[in-house]
Amino acid sequence: MLPGWTVAGKYRLKSGEVPAKSFFWEICGLNKAVVELNRVCKDYGGQRALSDISLTVADGEFLSLLGPSGCGKTTLLRLIGGFEDCTRGSLLIDGQAVDQSPPEKRAVNTVFQNYALFPHMTVFDNVAFGLRMAKKPAAEIDQAVAQALELVQLAGMERRRPTELSGGQQQRVAIARAIVNKPRVLLLDEPMSALDHRLRKQMQKELKQLQRTLGITFILVTHDQDEAFAMSDRVVVMQHGQIEQIGTPMEIYEEPVNLYVARFVGDINVLDGVIREQTGPSTFKALVEGAAVSLKSMRPLSLGQPIHLLLRPEDFRLELEQDMAESQDLSAKFQQARLKGTVRRIFYHGATYDVEVALESGTRVQVTEFFDDDSENLYFKPGDSVALGWHEGWEVVLPHEK
Amino acid sequence: MKNSSSFRRLLIGSTYFWMAGLALVPYLILLGASFLERGEGTLVSSHVTSANYLHLLSPTVFSMALDSIGLASVAALLCLLAGYPFAYVLAQSSAKLQPLLLLLVMIPFWTNSLIRTYALVMMLKADGVVNALLLAAGLIDAPLQLMYTPMAVFIGLVYTLLPFMILPLYAALKAVDPRLLEAGRDLGAGRVQNFIKITVPLTMPGIIAGTMLVFLPALGMFYISDILGGARSMLLGNYIRDQFLVFRDIPTGSAASVTMTLAMGFLLLLYHLASRRLGKEMLQ
Repeated sequence: MLPGWTVAGKYRLKSGEVPAKSFFWEICGLNKAVVELNRVCKDYGGQRALSDISLTVADGEFLSLLGPSGCGKTTLLRLIGGFEDCTRGSLLIDGQAVDQSPPEKRAVNTVFQNYALFPHMTVFDNVAFGLRMAKKPAAEIDQAVAQALELVQLAGMERRRPTELSGGQQQRVAIARAIVNKPRVLLLDEPMSALDHRLRKQMQKELKQLQRTLGITFILVTHDQDEAFAMSDRVVVMQHGQIEQIGTPMEIYEEPVNLYVARFVGDINVLDGVIREQTGPSTFKALVEGAAVSLKSMRPLSLGQPIHLLLRPEDFRLELEQDMAESQDLSAKFQQARLKGTVRRIFYHGATYDVEVALESGTRVQVTEFFDDDSENLYFKPGDSVALGWHEGWEVVLPHEK
Repeated sequence: MKNSSSFRRLLIGSTYFWMAGLALVPYLILLGASFLERGEGTLVSSHVTSANYLHLLSPTVFSMALDSIGLASVAALLCLLAGYPFAYVLAQSSAKLQPLLLLLVMIPFWTNSLIRTYALVMMLKADGVVNALLLAAGLIDAPLQLMYTPMAVFIGLVYTLLPFMILPLYAALKAVDPRLLEAGRDLGAGRVQNFIKITVPLTMPGIIAGTMLVFLPALGMFYISDILGGARSMLLGNYIRDQFLVFRDIPTGSAASVTMTLAMGFLLLLYHLASRRLGKEMLQ
C-alpha cells in the first residue's frame, strides 16, 4: 500500500500506521455490523413468536422487515428496542450483548406506530425529552431541537401541542424526537400506516433522504411491499416468526426463494411443469402447462422433477395468433416458449393494462402490457386467440411445493 | 311508542320532582332563613337582616374555618398518598384481578359510615384491637392513647373517604396509554422519571378530582371528629350542627350552610375549569 493513499478522502495512512478495522470494512464496501441477532427465539406463553432468527444489520443500512400481520416483524423490532426479551439466542448492538439492557440504556430509538407523542407537552418538550433525560445542557438542547425540527421541516412549531398538529406533522415530530438523540439505530414501526397515500409517498422519500443525510441505520417494519422496496437497501421477508429471505429489493423481486416470497412481493403467475431434459449447465427443457419450453435455472434440477415456473405479469410476451402466422420475426421470439390461450378480460390501469389469458390447460394468467404509442385502441380484446411466451431468462424455477 | 315515551317522561319527571322536593325547596328555605332574624318562641321572625352573615366574619368562626380547611387538606393529602399507590397497583393488575380489587374498595360503602366510625372506636380505644395487637407483639408496654387524638380523626377521615380518591385515580391511570411509557423508556427515562414526567402529569385530572371528592366532604364530616376526636376542636361541620340542634339558632346555621355551599361550589367550578383545560390537552 502506498504511503498517503486515501480512501474516499477519509483515511490517509502514514507509513507504518496500522489501519483501523473499519478501514478494511470500508474498502471492502462493507460496513461493520451494528445489530447482530444470533439464533434468537421468542415465546409468548408457549406460543412461538420468533424462531431461530439470525440477522446482521450493517452500519448505515436501511433495512426493512416485511411480512403480513402476525409474522413476528414487530416483535423482532421490539426485541431490538428492548421492550421484549429473547427467550433464547443473543442480541448484540455495536458488538455489545444487550439482552439484559432495558430500553433506556440502548443507543436505539423508536418511531412508534401511533407516534406515542406526549400529549401534555409541546412539540419542543417532546423533542427535547430524550436530551433532558441524558442531562444535556440547556443551550445544547435548544440547538439540537431546533436542528431536528428543521430537518423534519417543522421549524416554528415548537410551542404547538401534538393535538394541534395534522397526522403528517405528528409523524414528523415523532421522527425528530427519535433522531435528535443521534441513536446508532432508528427503529420505525409501520410509521406511515396512518397516512393517506399521497402523504405516505412523500414521507417515504423524505425518510430515505433523512437516512442518507444522517447516516443512521434505519430498521423499518412494514407490511407494504412497495414501501419496503422503495426505501430499503435490504429487505427481510418474514412469515410465521421465521425469515424466508433476506436480499436487496431486486433480488427479492426477481429471485424469490419460494412461492411465499414470490406471492407476497407483487403479483405473480405460477405455472406448473415437469423437467424433461437437461441441455446445459443451467438450461433445461420442460413441459409447462402442456407445452414444451426451454428454461434457465441455476438450481440443481433432476429429470422428472415437478416444478413451479414463476413469472411476473410484465415478464410475458403476448401476441395474437393471427399476427404470429403472418410474421416470421415475431414467431422467432417465441422459440423457447409458446403457450396457447384465449383472452378473457382486460383491466385498464392508465399507463398499462392487464390482460387475463386462459391457457389451453385451463390455468389463468395475468399479463401486463404497455400501451402501443401508435395505436389508440387496446391491442387485445376478449375472445382473441393469443400466443404467450416470456422474455428469455426472466423466469424463476422453483421445486414444486405441496 | 306512545306508551314508552310517556313512561320515559314519567321517569324523568319523577326525578325532577324528587330533586325539587328534596333538594331545591329545602335549600331555598335555608337560603331564606339565613336572611331572617331569630324569633322568640318561633324558629325565625320575619325581620330581614344580613347580620347572620356578618356574624360569620368573627375571628372565632374564621379560625374554625381555617381549622376545618387544614384538617380537610391534610385528610385529602393522606388519601392521595395512600390512594395513589393502591390505584396504581389496581390499574396495573391483571384483568381478572381488577374487578375483585375494586369490589374490596366498594364493600365498606355497603355499611353506614356512622356505624363504621363506631367500629373504628372499637379498634382504637385503649383496650381495642390495635392496642391489643401491639401489646401482644411486644412493640409497646402500655396501651397507646389513640382515641381522641388528631390521628384518630385522620384515620377516620381517610378510612371513610379513601374510595373517593381511589376511583378517580384508577380511572385516570387506566386511561394512560402504556405506549407513552414505552416511548419514555425508549428516550432514556427510567421507571421513576417516567412516573414523574409522564404518569403524574397525565393523571392530574384524576388527582384533582380525587382531592376534591375527599376535601369537600371532609369539611363537613362533623361526626367523625365528634366521635373519634372527642369534639375538642370546633369544626365548620360541628358549628353548623350546633347552631341548629344545640342553640336552635336557625338563621346563623343557615347562613353558615349557605356560605359553605357557595365556597364548595366555587371550588367545584375551579375544578371544572381546570379539568376542562387539562382534558383538552389530554385528548389526542
